[in-house]
This record gives sequence, C-alpha cells and structure tokens, in this order.
Amino acid sequence: MYFLNSHVLSFSIWLPILAGVVVLLLGNDNKPNFTRLLALAGSLAAFAVTLPLYTHFNYADGGFQFQEMARWIPAFNVNYHLGVDGIAAPLILLTSFTTVIVVIAAWEVISNNIAQYMAAFLIMSGLMIGVFSALDGLLYYVFWEAMLIPMFLVIGIWGGENRVYATIKFFLYTLLGSLLMLVAFIYLYHQTGSFEIVDYYKLPLPLDAQVLIFMAFFMAFAVKIPMWPVHTWLPDAHVEAPTGGSVILAAIMLKLGGYSFLRFAMPIAPDAAHHLSGFMITLSLIAIVYIALVALVQKDMKKLIAYSSISHMGFVTLGFFLFSQLGLEGAIVQMISHGFISAAMFLCVGVLYDRMHSRQIADYGGVVNTMPIFTAFAVLFAMANSGLPATSGFVGEFMVILAAIKYNFWIGFLAATTLIFGAAYSLWMVKRVFYGDIANSHVAELKDLNKRELLILSVLALMVIGFGVYPQPLTEFTHATAAQFLNQMAISKLPVAGLLP
Amino acid sequence: MEYIKTDLITVLPELTVLCMAMFILLLDLFIKPKNRIVIYGLAQFTLLAAAYFTVSTYNPAVGYAFSNMFVDDPLADILKLMTFLGTSVMLVYTRQYMQLRGMFRGEYYAMVLFAMLGMMIMISGQSMLTIYMGLELLSLCLYSLVAFDRDSASATEAAMKYFVLGALASGMLLYGMSMIYGMTGSLNISEISSALLETNPKNPVLILGLVFIVAGLAFKFGAVPFQMWVPDVYQGAPTSITMLIGSVPKFAAFAITIRLLVQGLYPLAIDWQDMLLIMAVLSIAIGNITAIAQTNLKRMLAYSTISHIGFLLFGLMSANLNGFASSMFYITAYLLMTLAGFGMILLLSRQGFEAENLEDLKGLNKRSPWAAILMLITMFSMAGVPPTLGFYAKFTVLQAALQAGFLWVVVFAVLMAAIGAFYYLRIVKLMYFDAPKDCSPINAPADMQLVLSVNAVALLLLGIMPQTLMQICGVAISLSLQ
Repeated sequence: MYFLNSHVLSFSIWLPILAGVVVLLLGNDNKPNFTRLLALAGSLAAFAVTLPLYTHFNYADGGFQFQEMARWIPAFNVNYHLGVDGIAAPLILLTSFTTVIVVIAAWEVISNNIAQYMAAFLIMSGLMIGVFSALDGLLYYVFWEAMLIPMFLVIGIWGGENRVYATIKFFLYTLLGSLLMLVAFIYLYHQTGSFEIVDYYKLPLPLDAQVLIFMAFFMAFAVKIPMWPVHTWLPDAHVEAPTGGSVILAAIMLKLGGYSFLRFAMPIAPDAAHHLSGFMITLSLIAIVYIALVALVQKDMKKLIAYSSISHMGFVTLGFFLFSQLGLEGAIVQMISHGFISAAMFLCVGVLYDRMHSRQIADYGGVVNTMPIFTAFAVLFAMANSGLPATSGFVGEFMVILAAIKYNFWIGFLAATTLIFGAAYSLWMVKRVFYGDIANSHVAELKDLNKRELLILSVLALMVIGFGVYPQPLTEFTHATAAQFLNQMAISKLPVAGLLP
Repeated sequence: MEYIKTDLITVLPELTVLCMAMFILLLDLFIKPKNRIVIYGLAQFTLLAAAYFTVSTYNPAVGYAFSNMFVDDPLADILKLMTFLGTSVMLVYTRQYMQLRGMFRGEYYAMVLFAMLGMMIMISGQSMLTIYMGLELLSLCLYSLVAFDRDSASATEAAMKYFVLGALASGMLLYGMSMIYGMTGSLNISEISSALLETNPKNPVLILGLVFIVAGLAFKFGAVPFQMWVPDVYQGAPTSITMLIGSVPKFAAFAITIRLLVQGLYPLAIDWQDMLLIMAVLSIAIGNITAIAQTNLKRMLAYSTISHIGFLLFGLMSANLNGFASSMFYITAYLLMTLAGFGMILLLSRQGFEAENLEDLKGLNKRSPWAAILMLITMFSMAGVPPTLGFYAKFTVLQAALQAGFLWVVVFAVLMAAIGAFYYLRIVKLMYFDAPKDCSPINAPADMQLVLSVNAVALLLLGIMPQTLMQICGVAISLSLQ
C-alpha cells in the first residue's frame, strides 16, 4: 500500500498502458464481449488509481505534489521525474474519467478490431497522463509524441471515408510543431545541463532567446490547442475520427496544448510571454469571434462542434495571457468544463450517427418526436456549450470575460460576443436537428437511448450541471497554483547587466 | 617470435573469420546440396567464435599490432561485435530467401564472411594502407554478391553500376591518400596527425587530398552528392544482398571516417566540418523528399538510408567526442532499424514472389497483426517518433550539432524529418488502413520470426531504456579517441 501511495502517478501512467497491452494480447474479434469487459476493467482500474490525486491533494500547496524521481538516461541527465500541481491534477482525473466513458461508448459501436481499438485508447490515456505529469523535458516530449501514434491509428482505422487524409494531416501538423519544441528543449539542455523543468524556470535568458524559445513552444502548442491559423487539421480530424477519437481529441488532447503553455512556454520565457501577449490575445480573439462565425455556417454537426471547440479554446489562451488570477483560473475551469461538454456533444452526434449514418444537419429534423429523452440531454449540452448559467460552460467563460474587461474593455467586449454567437450556432443546430416536423422516414424510425447511452450521457450531464452550480472543487484545485504561477510570471528572467557573468 | 605471437593474438577474430571462410569454400565442394545447412551453421558458428575472441581479448587500453598498422581499441571491439551481430541476424533472415531462389550456396556464406573480414580490417585499420586493403576486400565481395543471382538482368546491371562507381570512389580515396602521404610522409594515422600539426594546414595539396578522401568516404556512405548508386543497387540486388549492403558496411564506413578524419586529419577539422555539413544537409533534404515519390519499397528504403546518413554526418561534423558518440549511437540504431525493415520484406516474400512494392504491404494488419505491429514499430523508429530507438538516435545527433552551434541547420533538419515522416506513415497507412490485396498466409521459419520479433521489439525497448547503448557508445569513443 505504501508503494501504491508513493507512486500514484506511475500507476496512473503505466496501469492503462499495461491494460492496453493485455487487451491487445488476450482480446480478439471472436470473443468481443470478453475483450470489451477486459478493456472496461482496465479503464476502471486506471481511473481508480488516479483518485488519490483528488483525495490526497494538498490544496494549500501551489508547487508540485506526488513527486517521483529516478535516473533515466544519465548520459543526458534525463530523469524520470513526475509531479502534479493544481493545474495538472484535475486534467489527469479528467483523462482517466474520459477513457472510461470512451470504452463504454464504443461497446457495440465498434465491431472490427475491437481489441486494437480498446488498447489504443487505454495506451493513449496512459501517455496523456504522462504528458500531464512529466517534470522532465525529454520525458514530457516522449509522452507527447508517443500519444500521436495511437491517435493516428484510431482515426485511420476506424474513421470515416476521408480518414487517411485527415489522420496524416493530423500527424504531420502536430509532428512539425513538436520537432521545433524539441530543438528548444535541446537548446535549454545545453544552457542548463539538465532536462529538469524546474531548472529551466530559474534560467535567465536574454529577450531574443526567450522569444525564439517561446515561438518554438508556440508552434507545438498552438497546433495542438489549436489556435487560428494553425487549426485546420482539427475539423478534418474530428469529422473523420470515430466517436471515441473525437471525444479524446476534444476533451483531452486540446487541453494538452493549453496545459503545456502554462507548464513550458510561459514560465520558461516570461518576458517573451509578456512581450508577445498582444499577439497571443489577438489570435485568441480571432479564434473566439471568427471561428464562432465559421461554426455558424457548418452543415456537418461534427464540424460545427469542432469549430466550436476551437472557439472555446480561444477563451483558454485569452485567459492565460491576461496575467490575472481570475483569467487564469477561468481558463483552467474552462479547460475542464470543455472536456465534459465537448465529450458529451461528440457522444450525442455519435448516438445519432450510429442510427442514421449521417452527420449532415440537413438529414435530420424533428428528432424530438422519436427520441425525447435523448433530445433533453442534447439540448442541455448545447446550452452548456453556449455558456448558459448553471452549467459548467458558464463559469469559465464568465471568469475570463470578467478578467478581460478589467484588462481592457474592448477585449472583454469582443470575447463576450461569444455568448451570442455560441448560443446562435448551438441552438440553431438544435433547432434544425431536434425540433420541427419529422424530416424523413429514417428519423421516424429512430429508437431512443439504450441503457448504455443513457448511463454515459447522465454521468456527463451530472458533471456539467454539478460544476456549473458548484465550481468550488475546481477552483480549489487551481487557486494556490495559479497564484504561484502569476508570482513567477511577474519576475523577469532577463539577465541584469553587472549581476551575471 | 614473441612479437609475432602478440600480433597474432590481437588479430585472432580476423584470423578465425579468414580460416573459416576458406574452410567453408573448400567444404562446399564436397558437401551434398541437401546438407548445405551445415555450411549455414558453420557461418553462424564463425561469427560466434569471432565474437567470443573479441570479447575475451577485450582491453580498455588501446593496443597496436603489425608495426602500428592495426589497432585494437574499444571502439574497434564494439564496432566489430555489432558487425557480428548484424551479420548473424542477416544470415538468419536470408536463409529461406536464398533457399527458395536457388542461391543457397557455399560461396554466398564464404563471400559474406570475406566481406565481413574486410569490414573488420577497415574498423581496425591504423594505416591508410590497411584501411584501403580492407575496403577493397569488402567492395569486391559486395560487387560480386550483388550479381549473385547471375540470371537476373537487373541484378547484373546493379552490380555493374556499383562496380564502376565503386571503383571510381576507391580511386578517389586512394588519390586523396597519396596526396596526404606526399605532404606528411607517412601512411600511419597517428603519424599523419602529428605531422600535420607541424605543417601549414592551409596547404592546397592537403586540402585537395582531404576533398578526395571525403568524397571517397561519402561514396561508401552513400551521402549526397555521391548517392547515385544507392537506389539502383538497393533495388536491383537480391533483397538479401540489399540488406547486407544497407546494414553492416555502414559501421566500417563510420570506422574509417573516424580513423581518417578524426584520428588522422583532425587538424583539418575546420575544413572537413564544412564539407560534411553540406553533405549532411543535402542528404537529409534529397533523401527525404525523393523518398516520397517512390513506389518500390527497396528504393524507398534506399532514399531513407541517404537521409539517415545525413543525420549521421550531423554527429560527425560536430567534431567533438559528444558528436562522435552520438553518431555511433545513430549508426547502431540505424543497423537495427534496417535489419528489421528488410527483414520484413524478406518475411513477406515467398517462392516466386518479391514483396518489394509498397502495394504488397496493403492490409498487413488483417493478414498478420503481429507482423504489422513489428513493421509499425520499425517505421515509427525510422521516422524518429518516440518512444522508439530512432527518436533517441535523432535526438543525440541533433543535440550534438546544436552544441557545436549549428542552430539553423538543426531547425532545417527537423523540418525535413517531419517531411520524411510522411513516407513512413504511408507504409503504416497501407498496413492498417487499406484492405489486403493478397491474403496468402505468411510462411517463414520459426527462427526468423523469432529473431525478427526480438529485433523489432528491441527498437521499442531500447527506446524506453536507451541508457546502456548510449553509454557503450560514449565509453567506446572516449576510451579510443583521447
């Protein structure tokens, strides 16, 4: 038990990976239910081992907790160093939780290569938790890149018609950005002689070096978030990915980009972050406003939600670069909340797609008449997506908008337009898909939710409303960390003439 | 007499290989074709014995033999052990392939052993003469091995091309050596090095000699602009021979580069750094971009080799111990990846069918999920995606180049690596996303399947635990090149 308690993060990373390998070895299409149960057991166990991050978390401590440290590659001074702060811990919980949802959501839907599908998600979950908990640059990078491989396969094997294009685009886009980040890591390694992130935080750097490092990280993270104008892979990937792939992509992978800004780009190059904050805020506002307008005209439901994700992630980056406690906490809450809402939205589209094999809004109409329970859920999530008060979507956006108005009225004003645009594209889609007369004979034959779908949507609905009414647990997690982060950001790392050799 | 005895003990591994190769050649005359498997066993035994003698005479100090013409340092020992390992794995992979094509003959094994002897001599060459002798022994064996399937027109053409261009390159190398000899008055590597310290390093004859030597080395590596032979020979030669050419001889090329450029011509480092830089950048660019257009798997791997050589040169051009060790690490990773890649082609080939087009990999995941996952690991390793060995290989050479101050070159290289990832991804796409074209079961001997599995899984495991291999390379370099 002591071993378990002192290695919470290692277990969180390696248990799902191990479970994935076991599913890969033991499961196959001839015994589908055994394979599914095995995967479910693996994902539940993996979720269970992450729970100490909630129960044993010290809210007063803004630094790294649950730390583990071992030598890994002494030749380059690389350590297996894990640890979480108040930003990473909730994201890890979100990851292991979402993996359970994805495994259940795939139950009857995936009928070919079940073992490979389940294993891909389990392994991916472990790798993503690795990204959130790595405190060593190279370790982080290994996890960061390794998770591309299962996602590449998930989109490519179980995706839609245009899946090959989408998945290769996804992989190459992300790889290109990441490789520049690798160069930045190597540069920092030669400056400090280590890959420890904490050492990078203390390293004084001249502004031009900081800007280059910031841009290298920016290339990696902006692609992942994604920020306008490097967002174009996301709609393609989302549209072609199977439901589970879309859920993980929207709920977790996008958060990796946001999280990494806080972990690397900003604290390592704080002066560059301040220097470029105008640039970052502009890009965020373009994402919030312009991409919301793009979402409005989409004919494909998944594409619409994909664009809405980009728009919502604009809030996250906006919150980061306001450099205020409120904005930062709002951005983190927004990340978690968007994890639930976008997962739920994609699952709703999945429910419809499994029955109708179409994602086109035009093929639907009047679904409420045949699927009343499902419609109730879908409307709730659409409302949450547009930031309705008493849902979790409202909390984060509201905090960021408040912070933005304090920073500059017009930035806050532009950001606030999303409450209109978001409502417009979400509710207009709801109107066209769910309300009105029954559009065609296919819709007339629809069956309402089965127990499995009811279960996962109810759990997500509970989360969305729960955090909307009582967001305290989330802000508690992040409060101390956010305060410490902002203190750190306020200290310039520029070498002062005369003080340094 | 005592003097000769110590010399002979130093070259014990070489002697073993030489004697056994001749013995195999003789034995083959008297052995019945159905018993030829004995020869295969003898060849493997030779490798084992040579490895045993290399390990048992291991000495962390640098030893010389035959009037300083031959060196036995840790670098040589490690490189030789890797050569044995690579050759042994290659023989396992190619046995069935050669049997099915009527090429399972004693000469094949004798010639492979002679080629390996050439490599061993190159690795241990401490005089330009020894190096050249080893190189010619290797090259002549490879020329004839390419034409081993003598009724195949494409193989004969490839052999012809290889021979003409190879002879030209050898000539260049020899010409360069003669100029260096003229300027320094010695053929011995360490004497050249000390003589250079006393001469003017800007002497045009020296530089010209250096250019010729670098050109000869670049040809043996297959670096741009001396890469023309690589795709044609890779495609034309029987796959088993392609595998041989693409794998272990790169160790020998690496070794003579270290011997000539680093141990011998280090005072001219400023000059050869620039030459290697240009070749490295061009190799990475041309290798990666041209590979995208290929439909033949062997040809694609040829261009992939060219780009790998570019990365390898990154380490060498850094011109410090860190860089050399990272290059050595890279070439080891490259060996394992190449063996796995060609091993997979051999696995999918069968009687009367060469799995050498990209199309032949279609739907491999449906035919054999295990083979597909092995190839998946290999491809991601070649692309340099963690957590595979290929990533650490790229990482080490890039950090060496960055340490030497080549920031923008490194940025260029990583952009090219991203482009290069495309054609490896395409193979994964064919295996996993496409429907199979032919569904014939994969039929390979158990030993080959086992070794191939270990080979590919090692790419993943060494990626998770790369420390030991890095350390071996680092120690070998630092003990040998003080």
